[in-house]
Amino acid sequence: MFELSLAEARDALRARKFSAAELTEAYLSRLEALNPKLNAYITPTPELALKQAAAADAALARGEGGPLTGIPLAIKDLFCTAGVRTTAASNILRPFVPPYESTVTAHLLRDGAVFLGKANLDEFAMGSSNMTSAFGAVANPWTLPGDARPRVPGGSSGGSAAAVAARIALGATATDTGGSIRQPASFCGIVGIKPTYGRCSRWGIVAFASSLDQAGPLARTVEDAAILLGSMAGFDPKDSTSADIAVPDFAAACARGVKGLRIGVPREYRSDDMPPEIEALWQQGLAWLKDAGAEIVDVSLPHTKYGLATYYIVAPAEASSNLARYDGVRFGARVEGADLIEMYENTRAAGFGAEVKRRVLIGTYVLSAGYYDAYYLRAQKVRALIRRDFTEAFGKVDALLTPTTPSAAFVQGERMDDPVKMYLNDVFTVPANMSGIPGLSLPAGLDSSGLPLGLQVLGKPFDEETVFAVAGALEKAAHFTARPALQAEG
Amino acid sequence: MSYTIEGRTGVWEVVIGLEVHCQVISKAKLFSGAATTFGAEPNTQVSFVDAAFPGMLPVPNRECIAQAVRTGLGLRAQINLVSRFDRKNYFYPDLPFGYQITQFEKPLVGKGTITLELEDGTTREIGVTRLHLEQDAGKSLHDQNPTKTYVDLNRAGVGLMEIVSEPDMRSPEEAGAYLRKLRSIVRTLGTCDGNMEEGSMRADVNVSVRHPGEDYRTRCEIKNVNSIRFVMQAVEVEAARQVQVWEDGEEVVQETRLFDSAHGETRPMRSKEDAHDYRYFPDPDLLPLELDPAWVAGLKAALPELPDDRRARFMEDYGLSPYDASVLVAERASADYFEAVAKGRDAKQAANWVTGELFALLNRAGRTIEDPPVPAAALGRILDLIADGTINGKIAKTLFEAVAETGESPDALVEKRGLRQVTDTGAIDAVIARILGANADKVAQYKSGKDKLFGFFVGQVMREMKGKANPALVNEALKRALG
Amino acid sequence: MSLDPATVRRIARLARIRVEEGELPRLQNELNGILGWIEQLQEVNVEGIAPLTGAEMALRLREDAVTDGGIPEKVLANAPDREGDFYAVPKVVE
Ligand SMILES: [Mg+2]
Ligand SMILES: [Zn+2]
Repeated sequence: MFELSLAEARDALRARKFSAAELTEAYLSRLEALNPKLNAYITPTPELALKQAAAADAALARGEGGPLTGIPLAIKDLFCTAGVRTTAASNILRPFVPPYESTVTAHLLRDGAVFLGKANLDEFAMGSSNMTSAFGAVANPWTLPGDARPRVPGGSSGGSAAAVAARIALGATATDTGGSIRQPASFCGIVGIKPTYGRCSRWGIVAFASSLDQAGPLARTVEDAAILLGSMAGFDPKDSTSADIAVPDFAAACARGVKGLRIGVPREYRSDDMPPEIEALWQQGLAWLKDAGAEIVDVSLPHTKYGLATYYIVAPAEASSNLARYDGVRFGARVEGADLIEMYENTRAAGFGAEVKRRVLIGTYVLSAGYYDAYYLRAQKVRALIRRDFTEAFGKVDALLTPTTPSAAFVQGERMDDPVKMYLNDVFTVPANMSGIPGLSLPAGLDSSGLPLGLQVLGKPFDEETVFAVAGALEKAAHFTARPALQAEG
Repeated sequence: MSYTIEGRTGVWEVVIGLEVHCQVISKAKLFSGAATTFGAEPNTQVSFVDAAFPGMLPVPNRECIAQAVRTGLGLRAQINLVSRFDRKNYFYPDLPFGYQITQFEKPLVGKGTITLELEDGTTREIGVTRLHLEQDAGKSLHDQNPTKTYVDLNRAGVGLMEIVSEPDMRSPEEAGAYLRKLRSIVRTLGTCDGNMEEGSMRADVNVSVRHPGEDYRTRCEIKNVNSIRFVMQAVEVEAARQVQVWEDGEEVVQETRLFDSAHGETRPMRSKEDAHDYRYFPDPDLLPLELDPAWVAGLKAALPELPDDRRARFMEDYGLSPYDASVLVAERASADYFEAVAKGRDAKQAANWVTGELFALLNRAGRTIEDPPVPAAALGRILDLIADGTINGKIAKTLFEAVAETGESPDALVEKRGLRQVTDTGAIDAVIARILGANADKVAQYKSGKDKLFGFFVGQVMREMKGKANPALVNEALKRALG
Repeated sequence: MSLDPATVRRIARLARIRVEEGELPRLQNELNGILGWIEQLQEVNVEGIAPLTGAEMALRLREDAVTDGGIPEKVLANAPDREGDFYAVPKVVE
């Protein structure tokens, strides 16, 4: 049952090969067994899941199943879920129970999904390792033989990715502000797509950096990701940055093939310090696409190398303002003080972890009087240049292929001494956020030690269909069948 | 009209600029669907957006933007087709997001003008620097509990227009006239109710002093003054304070102050002592606001007549004096009332009745022109009754009071109380004969040249006839009788 | 640009985050590391470039209708401290 893809499970449910209750119970018992090792879920919701599964069975019995009826999912604990605690993996939201449902999760519920629980993440989605969660680190289900040290699942959607990879969810919601869907997908050997900015509503998702945040799915196959995105996406009048554009049939696009497509290779992504195995995998990916009928074209994105530095101005600046609402007045945790200002300072000192504090302070600094022009305004101009690079490249090609990450999953605790070293994880993923374009990561191979590596497909704004088509072709060629160690034993 | 302060070191003039916050008239808030009505139970007009719950997003209300554009047009100001919302970051319990959504770099409305008509008949042009839209904050109640401040977010997120003037005013009177004029404009446009008591119009007053001809000196901002009278008082006491400071050889420090009306003084605000660094930046939840020029043109075409235009028309069409015209257009309701009375009648007479009898009555009765004891139609009917000779001018005043007291129609009261004027010359002659007979001595004095006694005889006749005689006929008949 | 301890203290105060004196050196170090790395943007020629703040769309507006509010229990339910139907905070002196 755990080897079925989401599409296969959906078909089996419709054929009544097993019930939604049976599927959910199976996932819940596996979750109970594995979550203590992985810490992928902050708040499992078994009772809710069983209720939803029962409703799904009733709907299926009536022949009214939606696209996701009875499919058990993990929900990143950044999506507000009505009546279910939503923490953003932060102490400051530890007691918070939203009285409303995010638009994206509401879409999934509309389509019949079952929510197994709220998945762990880096605090407020700030991180690339899931080490910053106030609810503890998440372990990557992939480990190496003879090396017991747990590895990071990537971040910030590390809990979602670990849950999908370990088969304790058929799919998951995630968010991507600088790579937080694609990097964990790559580290955990699964598929994740950050759609075009504006494709999924941000309403009800705890904000990190408003101009960059975008929701997307994590799944085990390209088609599964397409099915989930089809449900999550769609216009929402409650988000004034939501695009009023019809949602195409993403799943249908996966099998389109790449014949006649022009695939760009951004030459600036190649660097001397790129590990040879990653370079090799990238070349392999290009060869697969060429074999499938695509034309490979060299392109230049001269400003993408500044993407990461730009990101570390823009995202903290927006975050410093977005997180000002966590003040101990209307919701969340409060730590009292002698007066109002002390209450604020105590609340936020105790409520935020080290990485969140660092970013809030950086963001406060770059917006402060006298520094705005040098940092924030300049960063927004560089951002315009990055976007222009992509626009020019997409004048020549239909999609771009790059590695997703500069390395495979590292051991928990590594790279913690130097924030900048940690930030470099996102060097290939951040430019897509800076320019709003869609990006997908899929597992394409293993490194020499046996850890998964991902390739990233970037597409034109609102052309996720081509991204899925390219990813579908790569998936077919890569034939990635390796399984994480934990999955094998569990 | 020059306003100066005589100091020990010479003459000082006062420099005043106003930042006025006008609450936008709209059903729902600027960025949420919660209601804006005044006086609701605490926290009942609050959405999750207004309380800045996690994941909540602002979506702008088209009507609030339309109202700001209308106001900008009413100020004859530049409408910016592209503007932006920015975040002004600071922590305060009644500011749920931890920032106010406002417009900093690119306001919706640019430069405009307000014309003041001063009492001496002259006019002054006061520059408007800008108008921008922003969110109101909630309300903090400090006096409900000895150790706590209570927060009510009903007002949080209500749309405000902040209208900033140039430092063009030079006296408390000009500041008062500016506020009255601005209030008249927004009320005419229906964009703000201008009610300062309920806080829907609030003024921040920037005051500095200088010797005439000097550059501007340091200014202080007096926050949230809530009546026109207090604004004028605040200017006066703050200017006097600053002159004192300078003349004592000290420096005025730039700061925000509060006006304490009970003690007639301004003092520094403690809660603002923290150094300001608002870290303004474009709100990433809101894209640039782009207006369709055709939409703006449509709003312009549908604007009601503005007070300045109406004043000009009153002078032109009705022949009113500049002063009467200004007084009548000061409030949209009084101008409307006047026009209803004046239509098809003697406009000058209508203006006299409105600015005289009616305003006096409103004052006495403590009523407003929106809810007058004598409706415009009734006053018009009274003027008709004068014109057709049914009543005389003196009785008209009695009738006016009677309408105010009883609410009955003028015609009914004329009948019921027998107020119709006597035009029967026989009856008048008979009374005159009786009066002259009873005052033979006065008649003799009159005839020997004491002309002033004519008025005495008129008075006696009118009194005898209970004021109802036609005065012209009485005059005529008396002249005849006294021969 | 490099942060001194006083600046770190000042931004922490602006951000309303209590920072103990003992934490300052480490924070100062980390923040300076990040800011030093960000310095690379100074080498980009941005002359004449209009800043990009987000998606290239126009702002959408909503109609003026009361569609929300009237839920005091829901907006107050998560409050760490409330008095009646008010949020309560330590007393503020005006
Ligand atoms: Mg102000
Ligand atoms: Zn303001």
